[in-house]
Amino acid sequence: MPNQPKFKRYVWQLPVRWCHWTNALSIVVLCVTGFFIGTPISFGGSPSDFTMGWIRFFHFTAAYAFTVSLASRVLWSLIGNEFSGWRAFFPFFSAKGRDKMLKMLRYYLFLDREVPETIGHNPLATTAYLALFFLYMVMIATGFALYAQHAPHGVMHAALGFMYTLFSNQGMRLTHHLSMWFIVGFAINHIYSAWLMDIKEHGGEISSMFSGYKFTVKKED
Amino acid sequence: MGKKRADAARGRQAEDLEERHYSVGELLKERGVSRRSFLKFCSTVTAALALPASLAPSVARALDQVQRPPLVWLEFQGCTGDSEALLRSANPTVGEIVLDILSVDYHETIMAAAGHQAEAALDKTIADNKGKYFCVIEGSIPMKDGGVYGCVGGKSHLERARQVCGSAAATIAIGTCASYGGIAAASPNPTGAVGVKEAVPGATVINLPGCPCNADNLTATIVHYLVFGKIPALDGHGRPLFAYGKRIHDNCERRPHFDAGQYVEHWGDDGHRGGFCLYKMGCKGPATFHNCPTQRYNGKTSWPVAAGHPCAGCSEPSFWDTMSPMYRRLPNVPGFGIEHSADMIGLGLAAGTAGAFAVHGALNALRKDKEPANRDENKEG
Repeated sequence: MPNQPKFKRYVWQLPVRWCHWTNALSIVVLCVTGFFIGTPISFGGSPSDFTMGWIRFFHFTAAYAFTVSLASRVLWSLIGNEFSGWRAFFPFFSAKGRDKMLKMLRYYLFLDREVPETIGHNPLATTAYLALFFLYMVMIATGFALYAQHAPHGVMHAALGFMYTLFSNQGMRLTHHLSMWFIVGFAINHIYSAWLMDIKEHGGEISSMFSGYKFTVKKED
Repeated sequence: MGKKRADAARGRQAEDLEERHYSVGELLKERGVSRRSFLKFCSTVTAALALPASLAPSVARALDQVQRPPLVWLEFQGCTGDSEALLRSANPTVGEIVLDILSVDYHETIMAAAGHQAEAALDKTIADNKGKYFCVIEGSIPMKDGGVYGCVGGKSHLERARQVCGSAAATIAIGTCASYGGIAAASPNPTGAVGVKEAVPGATVINLPGCPCNADNLTATIVHYLVFGKIPALDGHGRPLFAYGKRIHDNCERRPHFDAGQYVEHWGDDGHRGGFCLYKMGCKGPATFHNCPTQRYNGKTSWPVAAGHPCAGCSEPSFWDTMSPMYRRLPNVPGFGIEHSADMIGLGLAAGTAGAFAVHGALNALRKDKEPANRDENKEG
């Protein structure tokens, strides 16, 4: 059916797109600056330079932006449209979701030739996002716990007190570091999948993240 | 009547001579420590306690009047490094004063008594000064197999610790071994070694970790108790905040080089000779809470980072296991060989993912797909 008409459909609301791109930008900044914090290069020419100081400043600023963005997205999952709602992230709890997930998996594994079109998130992707969300939580908790050590009598240090009993100081660093690589791995997967489905679905997968509109063969559900 | 009163007075005097407890001030005068040295010591200790300088006279006044508390020092599964640090502190007056303030009734390394005599002295101190004496413990307590791996005088360390710590005013766990088990508790911990607080959970324990502990912090802790009548405020790991309240990294003299981006890259390079930051050489200053940068060791002479060696993190719980490798930033990843850093694993992960998707993409380019259709069985939403 190559010539069937497609319908324009508003899927991603503005807050969803904002959060997505804030996350993307802050993750890039966090990874680059974070990598330099872990493995610095002797950029400084004189002791009055502030190279590492600025790198850390950008890291912490991006960390706050990321945390606020993530919190906003969680809030929006309670008030936004059906595609952004929190239910979309637990597809494996419904028979329909499990069925769609299986179809998607079969397509990815070359077992099926039929492209399973999804209007909002595809259920396999939301499962990955759920795992990613926990990874984000680990990053935020370990990151702010490490950050709070500069003021061990502060509110943040007290609020994250449980982290210091769960992790040793160095264990916290290692966890923060390894989680970064998992997020890098996710980003590669994510960009590839978006690119693939953009080609296969002909639904404007990638441009939908800018415009909010997708093109589907069905007018309504 | 008059004779009777005089007799009574004489009797009291004789009693006084026998039972006389010297105050610290009197004692120091008797030992020939000048008033000036004493006041200097009071200022030093006030600074070590992170109290304002204006409190130094109060410290001096309190120490003038206070009676020296009896102290027993127990050597358990340790290397005596903390005793060494105390006895060989570079400034002899401070060291002397520490010993003079305290009535050290039992200390295995330095006491003259031996054998049953010594054990009897310990038992007497404990019995006579219930709830009033200090107990300093050096070394960890082996718990495995009923604590058979450490015995003195036929009593296991665990047994002794329970007996002595239980009725002490406060127990000071000196050094990392006594605080958290130290090297004896490092993996695989064959003797089941633990710190004092873990072995005797009911005791009032002040942890003074460090390998060795800085003797100034011990003196300051005891002075705090003598002056204020209570133990200093402690952090989550049972360490006094005045000494362990700030991170080494945040008070380090090499910190400007860290912020500037000037690092030692190799031992003995220009940066190393120039006093640059030791971050890349595996310095654990960013993970360690201690007052080394300000208090320093051996009468404020030096400390590891000042001498050009990265901090090993010796005052943190289980540092032998968690802070290693000593000369690397991050710990090894469990399950991977020691030559695999977290970054190599991460890079491999990223490259593997990219490679897998490249192959997946190529296969996708080759296959002929069925386009999405508006059929009932394919309804999505």
